[in-house]
Amino acid sequence: MALLTIATEICKGCGLCADVCPKKILALSKEINSKGYHPIAVTDQSKCIACAFCARMCPDAVIKVEK
Amino acid sequence: MAVVYEKTGILTDTPLHYCPGCTHGIIHRLVAEAIDELGIQGKTIGIAPVGCAVFAYNYFNTDMMEAAHGRAPAVATGCKRVHPDNIVFTYQGDGDLASIGAAEITHAATRGENITVIFVNNAIYGMTGGQMAPTTLPGQVTTTSPYGRDPALCGYPIRVSEMLATLDGPAYIARCSVHDVKHIMDAKKCIKKAFETQIAKKGFSMVEVLSSCPTNWGMTPREALNWLEANMIPQYPLGVKKEVE
Amino acid sequence: MGQKMLMKGNEAIAEAAIQAGCRFFFGYPITPQNQIPEYMSKRLPKTEGGCFLQAESEVAAINMVYGAAGAGARVMTSSSSPGISLKQEGISYIVGAELPCVIVNMVRGGPGLGSIQPAQSDYYQSTRGGGHGDYRMLVLAPSSVQEAVELTQQAFDLADRYRNPVLIMGDGLIGQMMEPVEMPDYQKPADLPEKTWAATGWTPASDRERAIINSLYIDPAVLEKHVNHLYEKYAVMEQTECRWQEEMTEDADYVIVAYGTTARIARSAMRKLREEGIRAGLIRPITLWPFPNAPIAKAAEHAKAFLTVEMSMGQMVDDVRLAADGKRPVHFFGRTGGIVPTVREIITQVENLAKEGK
Repeated sequence: MALLTIATEICKGCGLCADVCPKKILALSKEINSKGYHPIAVTDQSKCIACAFCARMCPDAVIKVEK
Repeated sequence: MAVVYEKTGILTDTPLHYCPGCTHGIIHRLVAEAIDELGIQGKTIGIAPVGCAVFAYNYFNTDMMEAAHGRAPAVATGCKRVHPDNIVFTYQGDGDLASIGAAEITHAATRGENITVIFVNNAIYGMTGGQMAPTTLPGQVTTTSPYGRDPALCGYPIRVSEMLATLDGPAYIARCSVHDVKHIMDAKKCIKKAFETQIAKKGFSMVEVLSSCPTNWGMTPREALNWLEANMIPQYPLGVKKEVE
Repeated sequence: MGQKMLMKGNEAIAEAAIQAGCRFFFGYPITPQNQIPEYMSKRLPKTEGGCFLQAESEVAAINMVYGAAGAGARVMTSSSSPGISLKQEGISYIVGAELPCVIVNMVRGGPGLGSIQPAQSDYYQSTRGGGHGDYRMLVLAPSSVQEAVELTQQAFDLADRYRNPVLIMGDGLIGQMMEPVEMPDYQKPADLPEKTWAATGWTPASDRERAIINSLYIDPAVLEKHVNHLYEKYAVMEQTECRWQEEMTEDADYVIVAYGTTARIARSAMRKLREEGIRAGLIRPITLWPFPNAPIAKAAEHAKAFLTVEMSMGQMVDDVRLAADGKRPVHFFGRTGGIVPTVREIITQVENLAKEGK
């Protein structure tokens, strides 16, 4: 059981986290945050293995990983 | 649930102003994590540069000074001489460190000034809009080398780490990259090692971090990191360039 | 007061700085101020907590001053005209970041590499800011070695009080000549503000705000507010820090205005003129900024004319004219390039004014 918490308001939608996710469970949201970006979102939390690659790749410290 | 990874408190909650996908944010985080893990927040004084990282004083949750363009090593020197037991680091880009500040970095290094320098090399001037940097690759198009950097006209890029490693003063110099998670982890180790070098009062330490500039390179964040790996690493080989035991 | 010693101006300034608690000096060699860094390099390593560092350039030296001042230390640098030009970038940042420090300029002839002989041709640069942006520095102009010592010590207090750099503007002569000097027993004023703003290391548990030593205010409205704040300090300086010396101005028909080395020569000329029966007086500005307008305005009520004497083509004369406010003519005599005006030359200037009834 793993949990990703995404600070969507400070996400700039660069997508680097999605690129490095081994389970491919991150994708840009259709929503738009107040800065005008499509923030990243988890598509299937149940598949997350809490490897934290996404959080380590993120330039904006958007992602918190718990297990 | 146990926390596997979260933002360190050594970064403030101020949102970073960097462009989407800019690796400055990653490097900020690595520096902050190193400060956190070494337990040196209360002793650390950071020196911000002029360039994209000019607002670094808003992000590092330590005492900070903002230096004139290229002068961060001189400012750090003055600060460190007053507080020899504090931990003083500079955070500088390639225009700041390798062009206008070439004298200051060289002399801080050769003095063996007991400071840590984080040198972010993305081969371009970011803040001013993508002009040619001292580290711009031959043939690389920038807004002031629109036909590609021509070494016959404006010379070759400087390998700062190798150049400074020839000096007797530095205790630790390494070049790393942040184009993927493995290299980010390696960069973190180098940055931590650099701070440990200062804590042990061994002298000057510098980590050059190869970084991307999606906006001014005209690429997506992912394309930029691929370009970095394919083009910058051959020009700027990774590894420890100097280490004094 | 201590024992009377024979000291060179440059060395006396360096010793006075150490006595005033200056423990950090960053400089770069240039004639005619080299005895300051040389003296510091001898004394500071033997003084507890002292550090002398020869920088790679004047640019680096002033930025080391920025770092040391930002860290809360009493710090000084010195140079001469071309080197002071190089320091202007750093001085502007130091003012912007409101850091206290003392800068010594032993002025030499210019422009360019100029000469190494005494000059006063950096008056504009010193009193109008010098670097980019809206700002002022307190500028103190000693005319003897003893006064250089006293002003140097006061400079550190003034810098700390106003969080602004203070410039000691000497010239090659003040720096190079030897005179008897007594080192005052320096007492730091008890009412100087604590440097709670300095970068010393911070955690969220600290009993102060996180220190950010900075001159960048990207929002124009915030920058305007910051500059207004600087100018509020300058207004206080203008009210309280003007210093000058007046000699025989009460009944003077001709008032000579001169500072530094030139004032010494002008004093001799004034005395000779008095012997000749010409009522001459002398106003010697000690602070070049803020400029002592008051004594000039007062003298303009009764004097026939002013004669400004400088080792330049005429820079301070503009301030004398502003102070005289058109009430009396302000004449000028100057030598430049490193030439020092003679007593005879000044006498002749005033005699001619008297003859022509100007």
